Amino acid sequence: MAEINSMTVAAEMKPPSRVGDHVFKWITGLMAFSVLVLIVVVGWELYKGSNLAVHKFGFKFVTSSNWDPVEENFGAWPFIFGTLVSSLIALVIAVPLSVATAVFLTELAPPKLRQPIVSIIEMLAAVPSVIYGLWGIFVLIPWLREHCFPVLQKWLGFLPLFQGPIYGVSMLAAGIIIAIMIVPIITSVSREILRSVPDLQREAAYGLGATRWEVTRIAVLSYAKRGLCGAVILGLGRALGETMAVTMVIGNRPEVAASLFAPGYTLASVIANEFAEATTDMYLSALFEIALVLFAVTIVTNILAQLLISAMGGPRASRAIQ
Amino acid sequence: MNTIQLIRRAALVALVAGSVAGASAQMLINGAGATFPYPIYSKWFDSYAKIDPSVRFNYQSIGSGGGQKQILAQTVDFGASDGPMSDENLDKASGKILHIPTVAGAVVVTYNISGSPKLKLDGATLVDIFRGKITKWNDAKIAALNEGVTLPNQNIIVVHRSDGSGTSYIFTSYLSAVSYEWQQEVGANTSVKWPSGLGGKGNEGVAGLVKQTPGAIGYVELIYAKQNKLAYADLKNADGKFVSASIESVTAALATARIPDDFRFKMVNAPGPVAYPISGATWLLIYQQQKDPAKGKKLVEFLKWALTDGEKLASEIGYAPLPEAIQQRVLNRVAEIKY
Repeated sequence: MAEINSMTVAAEMKPPSRVGDHVFKWITGLMAFSVLVLIVVVGWELYKGSNLAVHKFGFKFVTSSNWDPVEENFGAWPFIFGTLVSSLIALVIAVPLSVATAVFLTELAPPKLRQPIVSIIEMLAAVPSVIYGLWGIFVLIPWLREHCFPVLQKWLGFLPLFQGPIYGVSMLAAGIIIAIMIVPIITSVSREILRSVPDLQREAAYGLGATRWEVTRIAVLSYAKRGLCGAVILGLGRALGETMAVTMVIGNRPEVAASLFAPGYTLASVIANEFAEATTDMYLSALFEIALVLFAVTIVTNILAQLLISAMGGPRASRAIQ
Repeated sequence: MNTIQLIRRAALVALVAGSVAGASAQMLINGAGATFPYPIYSKWFDSYAKIDPSVRFNYQSIGSGGGQKQILAQTVDFGASDGPMSDENLDKASGKILHIPTVAGAVVVTYNISGSPKLKLDGATLVDIFRGKITKWNDAKIAALNEGVTLPNQNIIVVHRSDGSGTSYIFTSYLSAVSYEWQQEVGANTSVKWPSGLGGKGNEGVAGLVKQTPGAIGYVELIYAKQNKLAYADLKNADGKFVSASIESVTAALATARIPDDFRFKMVNAPGPVAYPISGATWLLIYQQQKDPAKGKKLVEFLKWALTDGEKLASEIGYAPLPEAIQQRVLNRVAEIKY
């Protein structure tokens, strides 16, 4: 009887208003759309600002290695090279470190230890960039110059990567600083992804008699690999745009060198360095074009990385970052 | 309390606050530009607040390039720059822009060799070092200038500013003035295409790299070198005398520098036995015809004070004041500002 009663009451009630739902949908839609508009506006403004340089130098701007503010001859290749190489070094160092840390924290660490380690790693993300830069100049660089680089040169000096004079400030130093700065983001996203791997996966693997290493490798890492790649992309995004700390340790020399011990320069650094004192139209326009190139480099690397992930296939475990 | 009441109250509070602020409003004069003179300018604005409390200055040290852009766009009442404006930029202005030199500073050559001996250098040697032609500290050219100093057989590592700066502008102006090759190959600017070396950001970046790198040589502002007790070289001036950088030797250079009527001058390698060769002035940029008569009047009053009483504060914090002869010429120019 009670059921019938409640049914008749429900039938007599007015249908619930859908206005709230519509408003909610429109507001969230507007927010999402405004981000797209923002990207287009930024791109358009950069293009407008760089008009002069785009017309004067054309495609040569991205292939030329000459950056001469006095003669107003501008080429961005050393900066593009420096941005890509320093970010690559950072990923080579940070990815194994972060993923291993995330595995330890989700699979192996005793629960008591987890929270303190997580807190410390997240604290790394809160340190301002300029502090890393100062630490780089006064602690990391002298140590690299006196102890680390000479040893590298002694054992790996047959590779062109580790030849030439050692100044301390270098592409490698920049890569190391960026690595430290992107470890927290890759670690915490990776940790979320590994936590989202269903326990059934692990239990099934254990049930087949797998060892702990095998469980982690087969059931966890392989299941989560797409998500982990997503974490790496987030780190890469940060690495490409990192400015202050990099400027302080990279040596700011617009040159393309094979050696990682040689100084370099990045797109973000040259803007930060030269924009404030640039007075002529062409010079400013060239710096705008540098920004445009950085914008493009970031978008292209992200698209390539997304393509890489979708080419990998496998179950979609990348929910945590999507 | 319902929402409407809350909004009404908030509006009332805002209205009251606004009218109070309006009642005690001082005139606000906005300026922007060079970072190098920022300490002396803020000291001036501070001291001047006691002399004329009805006017307040807001100065943003966004760099000389920014100062020139802002004065051209007329978003500020005055600009400030470590280098004079180019003809090209002056042509873009809607009115005549006056250059008002305020103080001068020096750039010193600092180095890191064991024992920090006092070195003597001249223009030609400095050019060769920064071009990467002299690569060892015990090179014959350096040794010839420094008899009695044991120089190490060590590689020279050149350090320059990576950010665009008035310091680089003064330093490269000097190298251009003493060397035709430098002028042709590199030139003078706030940023140049350096033939060799590493770039450090800011005075602290250059000083940091020099301090950390054995065999390094770099250039920083005199004030910065003094505050941080860095070793710096005596330089051979245009008269062939070795001069140490100091406020007196910079003022001496100002006194003997050739200064044209529009005050757009370089004072590097100035003649005279006591003039320090690597120095430069800094300028305020002001429209000759002021748009707002009240603001224009206050600005001129301030300038007159700054160029007389204000100049006396300069040497306290390490800037070289204008010598008397130039001070008078600049004051005459300030008197031409119309409002």
